[in-house]
Amino acid sequence: MDLSKLTIADARDALRAGDYTATELTQAYVDAVEGSDALNAYSTKTPEKALEMAAAADKRLAAGDAPDMCGIPLGIKDLFCTEGVQTQAASHILDGFKPQYESTVTTNLWNAGAVMLGKLNMDEFAMGSSNETSYYGPAISPWRRGNDDTALTPGGSSGGSAAAVSADLCLAATGTDTGGSIRQPAAFTGIVGVKPTYGRVSRWGIVAFASSLDQAGPMTKTVRDSAIMLKTMCSHDPKDSTSADIPVPDFEAALTGDIRGKKIGIPKEYRMDGMPAEIEALWHEGAEKLKAAGAEIVDISLPHTKYALPAYYVIAPAEASSNLSRYDGVKYGHRAKLKPGEGITEMYERTRAEGFGPEVQRRVMIGAYVLSAGFYDAYYLRAQKVRTLIRQDFEKVFADGIDQILTPATPSAAFGIGEMADADPIKMYLNDVFTVTVNLAGLPGVSVPAGVDHQGLPLGLQLIGQPWGEADMLNTAYALEQASSFTAKPVKWW
Amino acid sequence: MSIDKDTARRVAHLARIEVAEEALEPLAASLSKILDFMEELNEVDIDGVEPMTSVTPMELKRRVDEVTDGNIQDKILANAPDAREGFFAVPKVVE
Amino acid sequence: MTELAYTEPKPKVIAGAKRDWELVIGMEVHAQIASNSKLFSGASTHFGAEPNSNVSLVDAAMPGMLPVVNEFCVEQAVRTGLGLKAQINLMSRFDRKNYFYPDLPQGYQISQLYHPIVGEGEILVDMEPGIARKVRVERIHIEQDAGKSVHDMDPEMSFVDLNRTGIALMEIVSRPDIRGPEEAAEYVRKLRQILRYLGTCDGNMQEGSLRADVNVSVCEPGAYERFRETGDFSHLGTRCEIKNMNSMRFIQQAIDYEARRQIAIIEDGSTVDQETRLYDPNKGETRSMRSKEEAHDYRYFPCPDLLPLTIEQAWVDEIKAGLPELPDEKKARFVTSYGMTEYDAGVLTAEVASANYFEQVAKGRDGKVAANWVINELFGRLNKEGVSVKDSPISADQLGGIIDLIAKGDISGKIAKDLFEIVWTEGGDPAEIVDARGMKQVTDMGAIEAAVDAVIAANPDKVAAVQEKPSMAGWFVGQVMKETGGKANPKAVNEMIQKKLGIV
Repeated sequence: MDLSKLTIADARDALRAGDYTATELTQAYVDAVEGSDALNAYSTKTPEKALEMAAAADKRLAAGDAPDMCGIPLGIKDLFCTEGVQTQAASHILDGFKPQYESTVTTNLWNAGAVMLGKLNMDEFAMGSSNETSYYGPAISPWRRGNDDTALTPGGSSGGSAAAVSADLCLAATGTDTGGSIRQPAAFTGIVGVKPTYGRVSRWGIVAFASSLDQAGPMTKTVRDSAIMLKTMCSHDPKDSTSADIPVPDFEAALTGDIRGKKIGIPKEYRMDGMPAEIEALWHEGAEKLKAAGAEIVDISLPHTKYALPAYYVIAPAEASSNLSRYDGVKYGHRAKLKPGEGITEMYERTRAEGFGPEVQRRVMIGAYVLSAGFYDAYYLRAQKVRTLIRQDFEKVFADGIDQILTPATPSAAFGIGEMADADPIKMYLNDVFTVTVNLAGLPGVSVPAGVDHQGLPLGLQLIGQPWGEADMLNTAYALEQASSFTAKPVKWW
Repeated sequence: MSIDKDTARRVAHLARIEVAEEALEPLAASLSKILDFMEELNEVDIDGVEPMTSVTPMELKRRVDEVTDGNIQDKILANAPDAREGFFAVPKVVE
Repeated sequence: MTELAYTEPKPKVIAGAKRDWELVIGMEVHAQIASNSKLFSGASTHFGAEPNSNVSLVDAAMPGMLPVVNEFCVEQAVRTGLGLKAQINLMSRFDRKNYFYPDLPQGYQISQLYHPIVGEGEILVDMEPGIARKVRVERIHIEQDAGKSVHDMDPEMSFVDLNRTGIALMEIVSRPDIRGPEEAAEYVRKLRQILRYLGTCDGNMQEGSLRADVNVSVCEPGAYERFRETGDFSHLGTRCEIKNMNSMRFIQQAIDYEARRQIAIIEDGSTVDQETRLYDPNKGETRSMRSKEEAHDYRYFPCPDLLPLTIEQAWVDEIKAGLPELPDEKKARFVTSYGMTEYDAGVLTAEVASANYFEQVAKGRDGKVAANWVINELFGRLNKEGVSVKDSPISADQLGGIIDLIAKGDISGKIAKDLFEIVWTEGGDPAEIVDARGMKQVTDMGAIEAAVDAVIAANPDKVAAVQEKPSMAGWFVGQVMKETGGKANPKAVNEMIQKKLGIV
């Protein structure tokens, strides 16, 4: 069994055909995970649970009652609450937290027979673009710059997920995307990552970062795998008031590769100053490939694009500052030790100072500031109005008949761990420049591996779909994937 | 928009995060930098624009008034740093 | 006519050392919505459960938990708004109010600041017959209650119980239209009455179902009128908010104390600090609540876990059509249809159960007589025994039966009271009891004449005396009544005696 070439689609068919059992498949991944500590992709490993789940999957396979995801070994981002399994959002403040409940997304996956290998490393509370804010230490990309052994970031915040999928430490992983946290690491590691339309996937049981932006999605090796896994992750959830009560299409069935007559928009505002030529070229080639496949390439304008990042960095921290108020040392997780005479306020302040890392602290404080008396209108309200304008930009181009929008996924290839350490936070925030608009507008987006840079590192392109247009968007992504024939894999060094 | 040391102290307290006195200046500087970045938003003409209130245009669903949950004291307290006699215990609160 | 004519009460005036002062009071009443489950979770609202047992994962703010709104709670807020003749907002929103407190597990309370579900309404506060004040209601919004901290179980620790966390409250905010401690208490009483009529809140103040925050300020006479003309708050004094009052008596005491405290400060040349205070009923004082003072910056913003709450006009209309007759209308109707005094109508309509009881008694009978019996005999007795009208041992039909027997002349008013006592303690059909126990009045003139003759014959000295002093006739009546075991018709006896003794 060559895990490096295996996909969900292959494994599904092989398991059903009885070529191997879910237990054998799971064991192969358990072994791979066991030898992967250098990547620091897994924050918690659950091999026994995995094998139990695999045995149950084998029963279903034997009984002929096997959904697509049955017996498929997955890694789960540490942001998803998993019953009885440590869930910390890669934060010290949730030290030892074992949820007494299972998130809706993971419940859907387990109900379909999928197997959990463990929990995946990430940026603390999903705040970061390089996995360096993790309390567990950063996940390391399996990719390297040729023979240079500089440790590279797998991106973030779903960095552990990206590292694990690209290093074949699981067949696929769950991720979450608030400003690009699925698509950027997918692009950095040469895999596919989908951020669904806001409301497509339930947020219940996923540790909240910014509620109006957060959305979970699959991170897989191929577009087809994403289509298969996304279908299982989606459901209308009465426990999430923002979950959409609309039917979930068969995304895989939509993958015909036929995109003739589709209109693909190329937004001029995404051509940023100082964009590396390689990215520019990749983008251009991507458009040419889609054109060759029969799509019409249309130049479009999304005039408020440049305001997306500042708007995002008002809205996301504002929501986060409120969402993270519950981490106060009372109900779960870390509680600071007090000196004699100290009281509840010291308990709160020290617990949160010890429990949150610097980036989380910074965002919580920025969020508190932009919501505070006298600044709400100037920052938060203004940002939400700009957000309306950003959404209207998209509504206009879609109303003009554009089916999908093609953009680069990231402004660069993966960078080295620590390389951005001295940069100011804004420089790190710029990683999200192509992806945040999608979250602000609540749209679906997918990152597809499209090539490698001069150092051999993967680069991705992003397709942005219409609201609820995941099926059509994935079909275009599928056509792009076919045309790009990206086959690069990291050389195993760990 | 620049944040001074006193504002940094106030914001840290508002967010209930302990910041050492000597860390306040650097904190103020770093917060100021981020706020400067947000200043760009002032260029946008937002006259007559409604703030975004729901990401997807849906109706808020309402649930039926039934008791469907609760009686899980053990689960509620399972992760508590200090639970006693069915309560969460916290350092004395003075009202 | 649904409204009785009234004049406004005079504002309370407190004489300071230097001049007279008036009070200006606004109220924020938190009324617990009478729902089975919480506002955003399926946990029970039942009072008095084991600590942390009526708590769901949502209430305990476990990571990743999300709120889902309870439709019944929304409906009750609309119902209450309609009952207060208020504007119903078809679009409202939930906002987060952020602050840290151990009994607030989310670190924020979900409330409605920017777009409340109910807008302007009014409450008619009756002080005494013919005197009432229309107090304007500014808004009603829906919000979550907090949990409870217990401070006396351990010297070093406070204990937190989240059973109350997330229970739905309506916050009913008045304009500063209340002008004295008694009016404030009456405002709460009237609001409670309306809520109980509507069934949206049980009004149980001991269990905390109804709590009031009272905003008190003082001003010179005339300043309030200038405020009302201009809407300019600067005409009013600095206000203090007295938190969490759950007794009408304490509300009055606290306001009185607080007003005098403020007057003393101003007359001393100082200024009142705007602050939150707590009333200590043991000391009869208010004191500053420092814990609530620091960082009053709640950082309200729309709750991103919830969409705007949109409701249909048709649903509002349907709720409106189902509203019961409310206290003001009922009282006015009692006055006009039964010819009773406003005071009696007020007593009878205090509770729906009393009004319903009365109306059943009055059905087909004389309204005034029925009112008299219900108020004086029944309520008097119920109050004495501490029994509610719902648990009255005498049903409306039984009491009606007693009144019928008087009307027919079968029993006297005095016997009726004995009969009431029998029915209260033993139960049974009043007419049957009267028959079985021979309590019927003797109206047989022959029998009465015989008794009168016997008394006259036996008391020649008294017969002589009565000629001198006709008022002594009453003595003869008493003797005859005694002779007949109280059953003789007193009117008939009186006439017979006057005739026989020849006095006019």
